[in-house]
Amino acid sequence: MGENMNKQAQLDPPPGMVEKRGSRLWLTHLLMIVGILVVFFPIWLAFVASTVTQVEIVRPPMPLWPGDQFLENYKRAIFSGVNVPVATMLFNSLVMALGIAIGKIAISLISAFAIVYFRFPGRTMLFWLIFITLMLPVEVRIVPTYEVVAGFGLLNSYSGLIFPLIASATATFLFRQFFMTIPDELAEAARVDGARPMRFFVDIVVPMSRTNIAALFVIFFIYGWNQYLWPLLITTEPDMNTIVMGIKQMFPSGDDTADWPVIMATSILAMIPPVVIVISMQKLFVRGLVDSEK
Amino acid sequence: MEKRVTFRGWLLPLLLIFPQILISGIFFFYPAGQAIWQSLFIPDPFGLSSQFVGLGNFEFLLSDKYYLSSFLTTAIFSTLVTIVSMVPALFLAVLADRLIKGAGAYRTLLIWPYAVAPAVAGVLWLFMFNTRVGVVAWYLGQLGYDWNHVLNDGEAMGLVVLASAWGRISYNFLFFFAALQAVPKSVIEAAAIDGARFWRRLFTIVLPLLSPTTFFLLVVNIVYAFFETFGVIHTTTAGGPQQATTILVYKVFSDGFIGQDLGSSAAQSVILLVVVGALTVLQFKYVEKRVHY
Repeated sequence: MGENMNKQAQLDPPPGMVEKRGSRLWLTHLLMIVGILVVFFPIWLAFVASTVTQVEIVRPPMPLWPGDQFLENYKRAIFSGVNVPVATMLFNSLVMALGIAIGKIAISLISAFAIVYFRFPGRTMLFWLIFITLMLPVEVRIVPTYEVVAGFGLLNSYSGLIFPLIASATATFLFRQFFMTIPDELAEAARVDGARPMRFFVDIVVPMSRTNIAALFVIFFIYGWNQYLWPLLITTEPDMNTIVMGIKQMFPSGDDTADWPVIMATSILAMIPPVVIVISMQKLFVRGLVDSEK
Repeated sequence: MEKRVTFRGWLLPLLLIFPQILISGIFFFYPAGQAIWQSLFIPDPFGLSSQFVGLGNFEFLLSDKYYLSSFLTTAIFSTLVTIVSMVPALFLAVLADRLIKGAGAYRTLLIWPYAVAPAVAGVLWLFMFNTRVGVVAWYLGQLGYDWNHVLNDGEAMGLVVLASAWGRISYNFLFFFAALQAVPKSVIEAAAIDGARFWRRLFTIVLPLLSPTTFFLLVVNIVYAFFETFGVIHTTTAGGPQQATTILVYKVFSDGFIGQDLGSSAAQSVILLVVVGALTVLQFKYVEKRVHY
């Protein structure tokens, strides 16, 4: 793909031949900015709501410009919250997201290494077994999976949050694909030097895969952080709630008015970690996204 | 594809592949098998015993008007989500592609919603359209439109579609933008020299060249709408009013966990398995095609 694009760049005439200047250009910028404002509006409104008082919200229309309650609302959310301090939920989400990302990458790296660099009985069958798991999202097997986790006594535990979501055919395939591109000479040299397979894995394969590992880490961290249904089912104690599922629990049942400033502050806090990761690792993220969907 | 150089031994590779097989076995294959097994039984109301009914649960489902209407709801929902998330994304990508300067900054801003969890997106949109405090609902009221998604089926559907499609605009934008950047500039220049204006070039050359990406995104977005929008539905409408926004995945949850109807929920899981299977095959067909393309 990359090679093709380079060739293409050489064949292309210099840019600027197709009209890109003139009166149309500012219109393009304008449309783009309008589009971004529309797309951004929900986030902006949540931010504004997290900086004003409850009274300002329940008497519509609420202001569209931030107020002066920022510290007040966020302090209240983080240290007391509604059912449980948001700090606790943030910590639970962090453990879950890191556990899923690291776990998925670790088990996929070693299983892809086994599949690519060894011939062993049952290899093809095991490969297909992993392949089939692609077709089984949590959402379609929730009741029996819940029963398994409950049977192990893992309700309200980090293991229960992490393990069922850890098996990943996607990562195994990506690593397999990548290992195929590692020159055979390297493995050959390692064998001639009498290096054990695990030496080769640790000294050559893992360091060479670090960009892929980083890209997948970004994707899986967000995947883990944004989980909703699974934590909703297995964390019945507020202490174990993750932030993304905990927001819904902050709404009162019945006719009471929701504590909107705190709920919106929590929503903002829930989106900050994934947004920061996506924005700061944008290149890796786009690459990971495109790779993992291939 | 096979490696020419491999290491000897079979114990080590089996140990290496063991963790993944173990976890897949416990949390994928066993539960999936259970779902298939349970779908053949109806448990008695006390959960003490269950009666084998063969395909009875399936027969019942396929003649149950609530289940069939949930199928229809899912079809409408996923079609709308796909359209509402792809059309603006394509539009924005075409705009960004025309800009030499600033495209990177716009891209950074547009990626943001992708990182927002569907459940959080649901809360944000619920807040805007809340019948009591929602800003958008209030302004609509000023314009004479009485928004009430708690009572009105169509408005409830509109809300879940918007909340679900919103984050996907970012995702689709990234793919469309990348695809547009890969369209050979020489083709565009040639058409421009022949006198084809921007819109004509867009519809006769650029969009047809984007068709593999478009097809891929169609499948991926449908899969998303089917299986990853549970959070949106649960936070905004909880499947209501009545069953107006109860998509299939939500129904598995509400029948299984709230209604405690395990046989029916398991049968629904099995039907969904078939749907995922078909969609996955479709996705791979596409990958195969692209290799030749």
